[in-house]
Amino acid sequence: MRPNATDPTLLQPGRWSFWRDSRFLQALAQAIFVVLVLIAGRWLVGNLFTSLEERGLDLNFQFLQRTAGFGIGEGLPFERTDSFWRAFVVGFVNSIRVIVFGLALATVLGILAGISLLSGNWLLRNLVSAYVEVMRNTPLLVQLFFIYFGIILKLPSLQERLIVGQFSLSNRGFYFPRAVPQDGATLWLVLAGAALVGGIILYRILLKKRILTGSETWPGLKAGLLIFGIPLISWFLIPGNPFTLEYPDLVGLRMEGGARLTPEFAGILIGLVLYTGAFIADIVRAGILAVPKGQLEAAKASGLTQAQVLRLVILPQAMRVIIPPLTNQYLNLAKNSSLAVGVGFPDLYNISSTIFNQSGQAVQVISLMMVTYLLMSLLISAVMNVLNERLKIPER
Amino acid sequence: MHKMFKITSLLIGFSLALAACAPVEPEIVTVVETKEVTVTQEVQVPVEFQMESARLAAIKSNGKIRCGVNSGVPGFGFLDASGEFTGFDTDFCRALAVAIFNDVSAVEFRPLTAAERFTALQTNEIDVLIRNTTWTFSRDVELGTDFGPTTFYDGQGMMVRTDSGFTSLSDMGGATVCVLSGTTTELNLADAFSARGLEYEPLVFDNSDETAAAYDEGRCDGLTSDKSQLAGLRTTMTNPDEHVILPETMSKEPLGPVWAHGDQQWGDIVSWVVNGIIIAEEKGITSANVAEIAAGTPEDPEVARLLGLEGSFGELLGLAPDFMVNVISAVGNYGEIYDRHLGPEGTDIPREGSFNALWKDGGLLYPPPWR
Repeated sequence: MRPNATDPTLLQPGRWSFWRDSRFLQALAQAIFVVLVLIAGRWLVGNLFTSLEERGLDLNFQFLQRTAGFGIGEGLPFERTDSFWRAFVVGFVNSIRVIVFGLALATVLGILAGISLLSGNWLLRNLVSAYVEVMRNTPLLVQLFFIYFGIILKLPSLQERLIVGQFSLSNRGFYFPRAVPQDGATLWLVLAGAALVGGIILYRILLKKRILTGSETWPGLKAGLLIFGIPLISWFLIPGNPFTLEYPDLVGLRMEGGARLTPEFAGILIGLVLYTGAFIADIVRAGILAVPKGQLEAAKASGLTQAQVLRLVILPQAMRVIIPPLTNQYLNLAKNSSLAVGVGFPDLYNISSTIFNQSGQAVQVISLMMVTYLLMSLLISAVMNVLNERLKIPER
Repeated sequence: MHKMFKITSLLIGFSLALAACAPVEPEIVTVVETKEVTVTQEVQVPVEFQMESARLAAIKSNGKIRCGVNSGVPGFGFLDASGEFTGFDTDFCRALAVAIFNDVSAVEFRPLTAAERFTALQTNEIDVLIRNTTWTFSRDVELGTDFGPTTFYDGQGMMVRTDSGFTSLSDMGGATVCVLSGTTTELNLADAFSARGLEYEPLVFDNSDETAAAYDEGRCDGLTSDKSQLAGLRTTMTNPDEHVILPETMSKEPLGPVWAHGDQQWGDIVSWVVNGIIIAEEKGITSANVAEIAAGTPEDPEVARLLGLEGSFGELLGLAPDFMVNVISAVGNYGEIYDRHLGPEGTDIPREGSFNALWKDGGLLYPPPWR
């Protein structure tokens, strides 16, 4: 006979066997899952160690001390006789360069493009929209190849380079004059830095005073004078110039002197910035649209200009919506920087793959590489979380 | 009650976990034991030596041999327009397939980059690597791999533009050189420039197509690789006549098949298939006349042994007695393989007078006797 659902003894402890209790079954399912994961993990790791042992390989990091024996095209100075570890560091610093410049430029491009997506100008809106759609819907590696092989390497050769003054552009890179610090450089930099800090403090004090008293205190003008005036005056007061310019010049096969943006660095940087910028543009657009319409109307009604509405009312509120997905895009950019190998830029991944090939220590090198990328990502996340906290609506 | 359930389930979970671990622990112990046994076996080797190759058994049960190859070097390993792997190296893979299965198509080609190839061997992804791989000390000793007989004696060269005016490496101070990542080439290049006291700027790609494309676009002054590969790559340039290979050879590059260390019997099979193919050329046995020779009674006893008419060489390797007859009729002898891919119809690497001629003709191909 089926037990009656209203039977009060149903709820009594011991009335049902424990294996028919859903709480037990759920816990059991989870326990089984954990055990399966452990078995699979044990099997994979066991496999690795058995294979390594069969071939007489072990997992220490001693090999990093050995001589690398290869050359690296760009980045920190690197000699054939330097160690694998030094090569790894060179790759790491190159990756950091791409990521830092990439994040900054992609953010600027993304915000400008995002605002343009909402612009009243038909041409601008549709051009930017086409850019965003193309970039978002094609693979990054294809874009990188197109930019590097299809555009940059099609530039004229070094002998037929495009020259504007001391600037030159060819498929060997973009060469421009380099500032060489002289004796007074340190003093001048200290003065300029002090002027910058002082200028910002002055601006804040004057601005506050203007808001409190209502009388014009010219904060921007005075701070600007301080920030630009002191470096300018001290440039002439310090004996000899703090910096001189060094110009690039064609010597034999290559340009000597000056500074250089290599085709590989330009390729990976432009590729990452255009790709990530498109995603950021859409995030910014969504963030702006998320600000309630009343805010915009109220701001306009207060007599603020178009730029002020955007800067003072819309963007600060939009940032709260923008930051979490923006963090994702930043992480994507950092991880996508490993595609640099496709355009021959010696980044962390490119050099690590050379290292594990020359040393044969794949497991160690890949672990080291994964830990490095993980740390970079965690650092970006941490910074963005701090920013997110600071932008939260203050709650009382 | 709630707690009871939780505790019971936890206990069950733990006991399951322990049960899962339990068979694992003695396994670790057996590993230690087998090590001890191998030490004692070392003494007994002449008495009790194993003929069976574990890998051969695995390959036979798979029904095909997994062969790591190149897919981007015309002449050696190249994926042609019809989607077939073709080349000097890939024909040796086919020869192994014929030796084992008497079926030229019983090969699974695994295209590998230079960077992936040794990991693929170490992790058992492939049975044999025939991918223009240079035999070096550290690869042989440190990577857990073994090398077979050299199938091609190569050397690293440098390709430059004819209008660059370079006639030797010594002219190339300050040049940018395109090079493939993870190769001995990268190290030899550094050595060669360092030895001449010259500076250079390497531009490293992990794919030979990209390396060649960057050079073709003029990003680099020189493209360095094994000379045999340069000859093939030159034909893929926009205008091959604008490029020339400098006379210097920067390195010795003996290329040959590679397998994972630990299965000597499998290594013997690979080695002797290669040796047999070279001996076939030495004895004038070709794909055209092999059936005829095998049907008769050859006067040369070594030919009789090679073709399985005398002795039991095939059985010693765990193969059919007449496996070399099958191999030669399917892929031909060394000379035929060479002409097909590297001869004038292929990438045109002159063989006469080079290291790759037979020892009788002044080359380095000197296979050990088949007896």
